[in-house]
Amino acid sequence: MPDGSFAQQPQQRQFNPYTENGGTILAIAGADFTVIAGDTRQSEGYSIQTRYAPKVFRLTDRAVLAVNGFAADGNMFVKKVKQRLEWYRHAHAKDMPLRAIARLIQTMLYAQRFFPYYVYNILGGIEEDGSGAVYSFDPVGSYEREACRAAGAAQALVQPFLDNQIYFKNQMAAAGQSHPLHLPLSDVLAIVIDSFTSATERHIEVGDGLEMYVVLAKGRSSQGLDGLRGAQEISTTNDGDRVFVIRRELKKD
Amino acid sequence: MNSLVNRFSTTGYAAELRKAKEVLGEDDEGSDAMWGSQAGFGTLAKGVPTFSVPAVADPASFLRLHTDDHADPSCRIKIKHGTTTLAFRFQGGVIVAVDSRATAGSYVASGTVKKVIEINPYLLGTMAGGAADCQYWETYLGIQCRMHELRNRERISVAAASKYLSNLVYSYKGMGLSMGTMICGWDKTGPQVFYVDSDGTRLKGDLFSVGSGSTFAYGVLDQGYRWDLTDEEAQELGRRSIYAAGHRDAFSGNTINLYHVKEDGWKFIGNYDVSKMHYDGPNGNDGYGYDLRVAGRSSANPPAPAAADIAVEA
Repeated sequence: MPDGSFAQQPQQRQFNPYTENGGTILAIAGADFTVIAGDTRQSEGYSIQTRYAPKVFRLTDRAVLAVNGFAADGNMFVKKVKQRLEWYRHAHAKDMPLRAIARLIQTMLYAQRFFPYYVYNILGGIEEDGSGAVYSFDPVGSYEREACRAAGAAQALVQPFLDNQIYFKNQMAAAGQSHPLHLPLSDVLAIVIDSFTSATERHIEVGDGLEMYVVLAKGRSSQGLDGLRGAQEISTTNDGDRVFVIRRELKKD
Repeated sequence: MNSLVNRFSTTGYAAELRKAKEVLGEDDEGSDAMWGSQAGFGTLAKGVPTFSVPAVADPASFLRLHTDDHADPSCRIKIKHGTTTLAFRFQGGVIVAVDSRATAGSYVASGTVKKVIEINPYLLGTMAGGAADCQYWETYLGIQCRMHELRNRERISVAAASKYLSNLVYSYKGMGLSMGTMICGWDKTGPQVFYVDSDGTRLKGDLFSVGSGSTFAYGVLDQGYRWDLTDEEAQELGRRSIYAAGHRDAFSGNTINLYHVKEDGWKFIGNYDVSKMHYDGPNGNDGYGYDLRVAGRSSANPPAPAAADIAVEA
């Protein structure tokens, strides 16, 4: 009270360090490539804080991490993962393999078991055998390798679409034919763009911009990316796996 | 500053965590081991990992406030729950069968979860409760089992492995871990199943089922269980029991993973779609579904006219 006395009614205090910053991320693995994408809107409640806050980050030339949930936790987590990968590079003079990065992320998330990072992670890239891979995590580190995964605000809108288009769920193959195990890169990019334009239409926390990272296995041609508007290579070497980024506008209302 | 206070305090959760490490006989602080080659489990190299704890009076209630979706369905961090798992001992070894659904609230977060954790070629652990708790601590158990092999030049017994895990989770009691697991394997004494949970319960037994669908699985399991089941009969019983749970429990389903542990270690038998089991069954012509079993045997579902009757009508 202003006069220095204590209030008569009971008071309750809570430590509430988390907010939800919206947005959606998504990753799809192909036979020898992986696409990892996220929108760039960051919001709190009904207010848009910024139209460009990246949620997808290149970790190495073969690994890309998408982070969704509480942006402050996400940025700190990505910073710490990058630091651990740099230490690994200094100790071993090579990049950490993808499956090792996945396990590293598990232990880093679980170290915060009693004070979790409020983040949903999706790791995409190329395995040592040259195959495309996606790993998805829950906030305290349980993880699984999958072919595709959506997370974030529009997860419940996008994941059923991916189940249908990537896993061919609830579809019957024509007589004498079977569903393909992996889709070509051009088809995957079209599905990713459609996922985000549709999520933008139906979810208020999704929109503004789209960043798609494409990781190509070593020796794979850039077929499917050639002639694509605005595709930009961001690999650090030209004799290993390659990373590209493609940026697109999404509706801003 | 806070960490400095915590380090030397004798009460509170930092002290509790330190005590947990002492119970396990590993008192080194997290160290420079995280540098370099041990990246990943580097923090574990010198003992139990160090956990950061929020600077509040009661960290367990802080965690419950933000993660427990039973108390508050709108809480932010949804930890995956919902499961059916089972394991039983019989003449031919141990059968382990689980479903593959993970739910966050009412959303099916994944239909392809691996709820059998392959600790080593002779030990399996099952996952019910917190997915991360089971995955992380059973992987950690795998490391400790290998350490036991290297130190003692023989494989760890299932009893010892399960007791290591139960002592470990007991040291974190009240901190909010959630696991209900069966540690299954074959050691010198034969096939073994132990139930271990995060309350600290550890039970030796012939037959267990854990999770939201366990009651449905027990129903099928209990009526079909005999010690002298053949391998094929036992595998079918495990598969049929998880199907029953997948069919009746909304939090279980998608697919069944089936494992068989024998004297020479475990073997993965197969992955079976629950819907496929309903309509087609494991062999394509023996679906488990109710409709198939009543077809032609009730007035609501009359028998097909006999060939003789059709001939008369014509």
